[in-house]
Amino acid sequence: MNAPLAGTSAASFLARYDGLADRLPGARAPREAAAAILREAGLPGPRNEAWKYTSLRALSDIVFHEALTEAGDHPAPVALPHLGPLADAPRLVFSAGRFRADLSILPEPIRFRRFADVPDVAATGGADRLLALNTLLAEDGAVLDVAPGTDGGILLLIHLGSDLNGAPASFHPHHVLRLGADAALTLVEIAAGSGTYLHNPVIDIDLAKGARLAHLRLQADSTQAFHLGAVRATIAEDAAYDGFSLVTGARLARSEIHARLTGPRAHAALNAAQVLRGRQHADFTTIVSHDAPHGTSRQTVKNVLDDHARGVFQGKIEVARGAQKTDGYQMNQALLLSPDAEIDSKPQLEIFADDVKCSHGATVGALDEDQLFYLTSRGIPKPEASGMLVRAFLGEALALVQHDGARALFEETLQAWWQAAAP
Amino acid sequence: MLEIRDLHASVGEKPILRGIDIAVPDGEIHAIMGPNGSGKSTLAYVLSGREDFAVTEGSVTFDGADLLTMAPEERAQAGLFLAFQAPVELPGVGNANFLRTALNAIRRARGEAEMDAATFLKLARAEAKRLHMPDDMLKRNVNVGFSGGEKKRNEVLQMAILRPRLAILDETDSGLDIDALRIVGDGVNALRSEKFSALVITHHQRLLDHIVPDRVHVLANGRILRSGGPDLARALEAQGYAQVIAEAA
Repeated sequence: MNAPLAGTSAASFLARYDGLADRLPGARAPREAAAAILREAGLPGPRNEAWKYTSLRALSDIVFHEALTEAGDHPAPVALPHLGPLADAPRLVFSAGRFRADLSILPEPIRFRRFADVPDVAATGGADRLLALNTLLAEDGAVLDVAPGTDGGILLLIHLGSDLNGAPASFHPHHVLRLGADAALTLVEIAAGSGTYLHNPVIDIDLAKGARLAHLRLQADSTQAFHLGAVRATIAEDAAYDGFSLVTGARLARSEIHARLTGPRAHAALNAAQVLRGRQHADFTTIVSHDAPHGTSRQTVKNVLDDHARGVFQGKIEVARGAQKTDGYQMNQALLLSPDAEIDSKPQLEIFADDVKCSHGATVGALDEDQLFYLTSRGIPKPEASGMLVRAFLGEALALVQHDGARALFEETLQAWWQAAAP
Repeated sequence: MLEIRDLHASVGEKPILRGIDIAVPDGEIHAIMGPNGSGKSTLAYVLSGREDFAVTEGSVTFDGADLLTMAPEERAQAGLFLAFQAPVELPGVGNANFLRTALNAIRRARGEAEMDAATFLKLARAEAKRLHMPDDMLKRNVNVGFSGGEKKRNEVLQMAILRPRLAILDETDSGLDIDALRIVGDGVNALRSEKFSALVITHHQRLLDHIVPDRVHVLANGRILRSGGPDLARALEAQGYAQVIAEAA
């Protein structure tokens, strides 16, 4: 237990896997396949085009300790993050990668099982090394099923990260969410924590015909932490995945969403706001695959970057040959609050159908001096005036969050973020 | 109240104001008239603290305090208000929220209690009604999609709510029709008191039919060429700037 892992990059994770393999739950074959991928290729490096803007080198400088500990009868007390208007909502809480029944409020209309108790949930990492890392070491997670025609209401999925008595820890939760035909759910994922750790969650989402999921995420991990997350969503005929991510946390974050629209008239929204300062680096990478006709996808991605922060947005829209009448839209806007902040934006369209509508745009700018002067000339102090303009910039993305309580929580988070910077 | 002494200001290397002297006592309204490019708007911006202009000589005192060392928000908190010639659009910022934030920033700076949302809304609605503004202008984003006249009325609304000690109206009449001009004039006249002064910057005499000034100053080439009573405005309207400028030369 808690043995330091030697080495860097994938080697340390592989060494840990070798030590743990017999104790990890579920089928061994997918883990072995993941291990083979990581042994062969290691973690992604700068020569990989998809990782051009985000380097994992800082990750390899740190020796992560294993976080595989049973919660036992007397789990360590941990504080829940600020939940604002969602404080009484059903929630599943994971601390250091492990489910905490004592902190959770089980959802009524949703079937909940733990990852280890569902043997058929075998991760299929494919060639993607970020997913392979999760497959290799996944120990726990939520397996959630919403029955056809059921409105699951709202559910919070909370990840609390921490170091292990001062030593860096890593955890790799694997969640599965399946919505039956015409089922509905608002899933609010909140990641928070303190200290140095690697949070490497994967969530697999399957939306059957006509299902509707609002997937609202707040990544407020510790600013010393690493966050490498992936969402894989399959969206059937007439189903809708409505995603919004607010990113304020982690020193280095990469969040990938792969949305596959498999049936006609499927819809995916992958909206995000990344709000960073100091030397934070956050990468929001999306792949929307339109496999069927009449699909729609929407992406509004906003970055607010202060100090030396760096934001990355990579958005790829793939339209398969048969996916006629696809309608894809992507907008990436960055507000740079400091001359040392940086945004890297890479839109990519791969279109193999001839009757589609796809567009993308990007803007980068600083705060408008005329607007700032107007506000200050009315007596509003400059920091408050800047905050109002930042809030206005993010407003368009926040307005896309339909759930009032979740939107209020995001607003409160942004308010607190801004006030934390005020002199 | 306001004392401008030998004020020089430039943009980059270019001098715009070349020695301005104006004193506006408490309760008085002064008009500044002059042709395009005379420095009228520069004077308004310098007084309100815009950073694009460098003050190279002279002084400005506001209620005895050195105005030029104060940040724009401090000037506003001290009671200075600039009605912009071209009010700025703020997409994503609601007009009511903007106004309440401004009012409470000023109240806070003066050690007064902040005004709650309900009380504020009642006040704002009453003022908007007096200016013949529809209620929905409070709900809309600041100046976004406003007509020229609506923007100017929104400036007067802000002034009515913030209750400045000194208002600078920078060509508030431009782009207004006759009815709007009267409404704006009424808005300013409603504030007239021993504790309210104004500098009304305008091209034309017509706003001064509604807001009758105590003094009129003619600005050309960055200098005050003549000062006089309300009659001077009418003389300018009749004779044109060229004549007055030539006489002064």
